[in-house]
Amino acid sequence: MKVLSSWLHEMLDAPVAPEALAAAFDDLGTPVEEEVRLGEGLEGVVVARVLDLRPHPNADKIQLVDVDAGDGQPLQICCGAFNMAVGDLVPLATLGTTMPNGMTIERRKLRGEWSNGMLCSSRELELGDDHGGIRVLDVDASTGTPLRDALGIEPDVLWELEVNPNRPDAMSVAGLARDVAPKAGVGFRLPSPTVSTAGSRADAVAHVDIADPDLCGRFVTRVLRDVTVGESPAWMQRRLIALGMRPINALVDISNYVMLELGQPNHPYDLAKVAGGTLRARRARDGETLVTLDDVKRTFTTDDLLITDGDDRPVGIAGIMGGAACEISASTTDVLLEMAWFQPTSISRTSRRLGLRSEASARFEKGADPEVIDLAADRFCQLAAEICGAVTAPGQVDERGTLPGRDPIRVRTARVNALLGTDLERERITELLDPIGFTSTPVGDDLDVVVPSWRYDSEAEIDVVEEVARHHGYRNIPHRELTEPRVGRLSTRQKDRRSVRRLMTGLGLAECLPLPFLAPGQLARCGLDPHGIRLLNPLVAEESILRTSLLPGLMAAASHNATRRQTGVGLWEIGRVFLPPPEGQVLPDEREHLAVLLAGHDAPAAVEVWQVLADRLRLPEPAVENDVVAGLHPTRGARATVAGTPVGLVGEIDPAVLARHDVGERVAYLEVDLGALLDGPRRDEAYRPMSRFPSSDIDLAFEVADGISAIDVERTLAGGSDLVWSVRLFDVYRGPPLPETRRSLAYAVRLQALDRTLTDAEVAAARSSLIAAVESAHDAVLRG
Amino acid sequence: MIDEIRRIEDDARGRVAAVDTVAELVELDRELLGKRSALTGTKRQMGALSEDERRELGAALNAAQESIRGFLAARRAELEAVEREVQLGAERLDLTEVRADRDAGHLHLITQVVEELEDVFVGLGFTVAEGPEVEDDWHNFTGLNFGTYHPARDMQDTFFVDLGAPREVVLRTHTSPVQMRVMEGQAPPIYSVVPGRVYRNEAADATHLAVFHQIECLVVDHGITFGHLAGTIDRFTKAFFGPGYSMRLRPAYFPFTEPSAEFDVQRPDGTWLELGGCGMVHPNVLRNGGIDPEEWSGFAFGFGLDRLAATRHGVTDLRELASTDVRFLSQF
Repeated sequence: MKVLSSWLHEMLDAPVAPEALAAAFDDLGTPVEEEVRLGEGLEGVVVARVLDLRPHPNADKIQLVDVDAGDGQPLQICCGAFNMAVGDLVPLATLGTTMPNGMTIERRKLRGEWSNGMLCSSRELELGDDHGGIRVLDVDASTGTPLRDALGIEPDVLWELEVNPNRPDAMSVAGLARDVAPKAGVGFRLPSPTVSTAGSRADAVAHVDIADPDLCGRFVTRVLRDVTVGESPAWMQRRLIALGMRPINALVDISNYVMLELGQPNHPYDLAKVAGGTLRARRARDGETLVTLDDVKRTFTTDDLLITDGDDRPVGIAGIMGGAACEISASTTDVLLEMAWFQPTSISRTSRRLGLRSEASARFEKGADPEVIDLAADRFCQLAAEICGAVTAPGQVDERGTLPGRDPIRVRTARVNALLGTDLERERITELLDPIGFTSTPVGDDLDVVVPSWRYDSEAEIDVVEEVARHHGYRNIPHRELTEPRVGRLSTRQKDRRSVRRLMTGLGLAECLPLPFLAPGQLARCGLDPHGIRLLNPLVAEESILRTSLLPGLMAAASHNATRRQTGVGLWEIGRVFLPPPEGQVLPDEREHLAVLLAGHDAPAAVEVWQVLADRLRLPEPAVENDVVAGLHPTRGARATVAGTPVGLVGEIDPAVLARHDVGERVAYLEVDLGALLDGPRRDEAYRPMSRFPSSDIDLAFEVADGISAIDVERTLAGGSDLVWSVRLFDVYRGPPLPETRRSLAYAVRLQALDRTLTDAEVAAARSSLIAAVESAHDAVLRG
Repeated sequence: MIDEIRRIEDDARGRVAAVDTVAELVELDRELLGKRSALTGTKRQMGALSEDERRELGAALNAAQESIRGFLAARRAELEAVEREVQLGAERLDLTEVRADRDAGHLHLITQVVEELEDVFVGLGFTVAEGPEVEDDWHNFTGLNFGTYHPARDMQDTFFVDLGAPREVVLRTHTSPVQMRVMEGQAPPIYSVVPGRVYRNEAADATHLAVFHQIECLVVDHGITFGHLAGTIDRFTKAFFGPGYSMRLRPAYFPFTEPSAEFDVQRPDGTWLELGGCGMVHPNVLRNGGIDPEEWSGFAFGFGLDRLAATRHGVTDLRELASTDVRFLSQF
């Protein structure tokens, strides 16, 4: 909402400095987003008369203009515009003038001809948008008169304020003035227009029918006769332009002016074009249509409220936009003025469905003031009389539907203080509420508060508490410390997640956070199940599917880096993936995954990461099970398992997937369900005593079929004797003389006892039992 | 015999000087001083001599032995020094040529900020809560006091997910649904902080993202006031930004808090950073969370992290935060 200091001051009973008003707006929750000082930068601009126009001898696009700037002498100016004629009055920025944009006017030569100032367009003067030519002045002023005096421009301040949805009152100059006045320490007064009436009564020609009282709470019409529709006066146009509205004609301008000033949207119809002088508020019939003022044909549903005439013909969309048919024109003489209150939710729904927002709908959907209608109608009639010579018919037609209730709200003084941490007396609360129209009646220590008609948003005690806080001032509420004894901490899960992050960085890998949205086909390009949960309203199709795996994002990352010759990148990500909802649930099966991508590495590098990860999280019995896994190289992939349960995949990216992503190096990859790991069991953490006695090392090599997991063999060895301290796979051999489907696995086993040095016989016995255990469990043969 | 001893000694001196390696010297040591050495042979002949001669000869023998030991030790020291010189020369490494083939790894800017903020809040006595990124309407909107046609829904452009009834499932537009989940899952007192990824359906530009991160703080306890909200934000501001920073609250509107405020942080140079939103938890929200607003009260405040993370490092285009380019990632 934009507002002018001068307009506000018409409703304040004493002047307030712009700085103080701006600060008060900030404190009240209608902060100043932009401030423009109007009329500044015009000091050196005077009215000049064009004496002569001559072509520039050396240029086509500029001409030479002689002007009289007040001393009767011709002054030569070079000008790029050609829209003025000899005798015209034009604005001249004299030498030394600093323009609103900061440029200083100097005497200079243009293509060899002197220019002794600058003739200005409206935009250059920041007096309008027009930059089509020099502003030709339609004023009765002598040359040399300062432009500001000639145009009657007072220095003014324009603020653009941010208005929150809970402040319908702040959508008008009056509402802002009312709210800011007590903060600024001045009084507030509404305009008090006087209307003289003549002719036959309004209800003799105008009729109103509220067919749907749930959607239309009040409907008032007045009749104005003998209207001359010309242009509105300059002061009004300036204010409308400043507040962001385009002047149309005097009646429309008055309508907008009243809306901006008092917050009451209204609509003037050409009475002659409204059948029967009748306006009716009724729900639309399905498929009914209307061409609105913006020349667009709109189609309605039964949720929409229309204004129709005596022939049941739609003449406007209630509270949003009028129809083209009954528009005010230059030939209009009699006006039917509509002032109504429409149900906010209904306006909001229709406006949203049609994608049609207007200044009127913005006010109605926040909740307009049903009781300001009479004043607004008076103001309209008064301005129409002054500007258009309108004669107002006596009386008005006033129908009421359902309006929001305004039962008193009990506001407990103790509650106010308990919520705010203040020590306000009941009387002080009353003083804070009174000026903004919240009228209160004492009830014991408390108050019964009636919310003003312009605060549709306020309906409960807490809403009143907020008003008290706003006007008391947030900065005046003393800070307090939380005193409840409590201990802050991260959960074990959160600590473990951090520990995983530290592990990943310790491995020298870089964390990335790609967008979690995928393009259609992106899952398939990664060799994964193509089905992912869809967004109904994606920004772009390329970001329309929720990821089911971190692989597509990291593969895209690998591809991005590879195409920039950044090879060998090591990336990781912890993020959510979204799987179809479990039976009977609406929300997806959302899981937190960890993925690690090692470009330039083959599968074992990923397995190593899995092993150190499992070690860091103390996972019980971590393993890999060779398998064909979607996305992975069919013969270099495995499932990562914990105690036999799959928790992820590990290996190398499928060469076909690499090719589709233009990645020319091998890529090792690990992805695990980190959430499941964090929530899952941990290995026993109990201390394992170390022996003070020397250990004995034995090496055992077994010939084992390819299908047998090296980890299983390792586990068998580890559990094969109480004397085993550690087992390490140190060599794998394939080739002659072994058969093709078998390989040799060589383990270094360290044996020791807590209480003695092992004898040769004990070591030999342990060795035999380990060999026997492996041979029987894995169809293995000890190699000689 | 004395002469013989001298001759042996002179001979030994010459031979020791001629040896070139420590290994040969060890050999020579054995030959000159061992059981079969010439000196030992001389010693064996001493039995035939008189006591005086024996004493004289013994002294000479000992002296010669000492002397030869001395040649050997000196030569050994020389040779070892030479050999060390050779070894060191051969093993020379230019350590300026070393480059690690991996670095210390990198936490994403956002993760760094999240962890830092979590630590500050943990230090202030909070625990960290988490919740789903795909939410139902109840937790994201309705339970938080957004009416079905509440104009405030327009403030948050929402991604709708193709699940459930129309508009029922959304990508959470803020971290506040976790407030609802915390209240549903736990009786007060509540001192929770919620970091997380959130989504808004608006095209990303240099200063806005469709996918970004927030953190918010929820307190519900007996006797919590707006003053506690202000005091806690002030504490947080000083703990996170530094002692020279202060804060202010300005009235604002959010459906789930009332009174509501925006909070700004003032830098030591006097400039302001508009940080986030806050307020007293709306009674309807407490009620929706199963908490009696007459018995308990609470506050919440939250803010976006991405701009905070980016501006620390002078990243001017927030879209860089989603970059997977190692040239970006490896800088932090």
